[in-house]
Amino acid sequence: MLELAGIDAGYSGFQALFGISMSVKAGEAVAVIGANGAGKTTLLRVISGLLPASEGTMTMDGVSLRETPPHKIIATGIAHVPEGRRLFPRLSVENNLKIGAYTPAARAKFVDRLGFVYELFPRLKERRAQLAGTLSGGEQQMCAIGRALMSGPKLVLFDEPSMGLAPVIVAQVFELVRRIRSQGYTVLIVEQNVRQVLKFADRFYLLEAGHIKASGSAEQMLASDDIRKAYMGL
Amino acid sequence: MQCELDIFFLEAVLNGVLLAGLLALLALGLNLIFGVIDVVWICYAELVMIGMYGINYAYKAGAPFLAAALFGILLVALAGVLLHQLVIRPVLDSAPINQLLVTGGVLFVLQAAATVAFGIDFKTLGIRLGSLNVYDMSFSYSRILTFAVASAAMLLLWLFLSRSYVGIAIRAIAQDRQIMPLMGVDHRNIYLITSGIGGGLAGLAAVLMVVQYDIYPQIGLQFGPLIFMICVLGGLGSMIGGFIAAFLISEFIAVGGSCFATEWGYAIAFLFFMIVMFIRPQGLFGGKA
Repeated sequence: MLELAGIDAGYSGFQALFGISMSVKAGEAVAVIGANGAGKTTLLRVISGLLPASEGTMTMDGVSLRETPPHKIIATGIAHVPEGRRLFPRLSVENNLKIGAYTPAARAKFVDRLGFVYELFPRLKERRAQLAGTLSGGEQQMCAIGRALMSGPKLVLFDEPSMGLAPVIVAQVFELVRRIRSQGYTVLIVEQNVRQVLKFADRFYLLEAGHIKASGSAEQMLASDDIRKAYMGL
Repeated sequence: MQCELDIFFLEAVLNGVLLAGLLALLALGLNLIFGVIDVVWICYAELVMIGMYGINYAYKAGAPFLAAALFGILLVALAGVLLHQLVIRPVLDSAPINQLLVTGGVLFVLQAAATVAFGIDFKTLGIRLGSLNVYDMSFSYSRILTFAVASAAMLLLWLFLSRSYVGIAIRAIAQDRQIMPLMGVDHRNIYLITSGIGGGLAGLAAVLMVVQYDIYPQIGLQFGPLIFMICVLGGLGSMIGGFIAAFLISEFIAVGGSCFATEWGYAIAFLFFMIVMFIRPQGLFGGKA
């Protein structure tokens, strides 16, 4: 589904990603783990076009993402739940969801998808007229996920969905991600909370200082002493 | 000084409300542009002036008033789009002072061009609508019409911003610019649409003003500073704030002008403005300082 080969990217005067090659197959849940500043968020920003790659190729179902303008990447079936949720605080919950269905193809299916999102997260339906900025952290994450689903994606990118949330809520948020997964969406998640992602991801990539240092199944990751020590404190 | 709570006081208050409609419409356009694009169109009042000349010449060329009005609205909407595309866009990532300087430059270019092209004499459409007399109070029909049309336009814009996809995108972009591509929104299109709407509002203001005021190249100086004062008082970028500030300022002008002298009305309004700026530099409804 998603293929990256030799992707370099960075900010002015600072390279953050070096020759990243990875793939996500349809139906998989793939996690990218790594320390703070390893380039995890940058990787997702490159995939969804918020940051241009400087080298390499990147395709979604055969469509070259580097040749697609950023606002058209959503039409290839990629939706991005950004770091810190980034809801529009002074828009209602329902308008946040509506803006997620901005593309012409998504507008035609707005009513159906809104029903689907409300069924998935009944809490959002209760709060649909409320300003998104007044929601609790967990509800905001629901709204951010719902907004991403409104575009009718095949692949959902999650950037640190547990960040900034209370420990009790963190477990709930991972439950939400699991629920999305069980709905048949392909998931690419970036997370520091390795214990939690281990519970549901099929495959892992370990990112260190902008390089992919290891990859493999959950069992393979657990079998590696280095990874256990460095990222799980086991 | 004759400030008593009599019928003339009521007349002044009501005239203030009527004036507020026009000022609120003007402030709305400027606030919309600032809220979405983060640029102040210093030359906003001069766009209104261009619209007034456009309507004047279309009307005198024989077009019916409504056709001339529509022409004026479209003309200024186009001017807004061109202003964005040719002047604002190249400096979008520059320092705010540069953005102020270029739109300020456009102000002088438009004024000078209008002086050369249209001359310095006062032009008027010669439309006189008369006035409505209730008891001893008198309200000009042009002001009543202005208030009604401005209110209807603001209501329509509010519906557009709260219901349509593009309208919601316009509000969203004012809250978080960077993630708009994730929604499939091309911010360049939204900027152009917003500039067109901002220009169209200036064009509508021009329509409402040609039936009340004479047209001359420097007319922008007469009400331009007033619009900026209203926007800053309400909180730059806050459409609600601009709306309320327009009513406050209009009442100071109308009631102050009626109790003392017209010039005193403006002086009192500016004094009030300065006091508020000392207490709330971000404006009455401003979020960012």
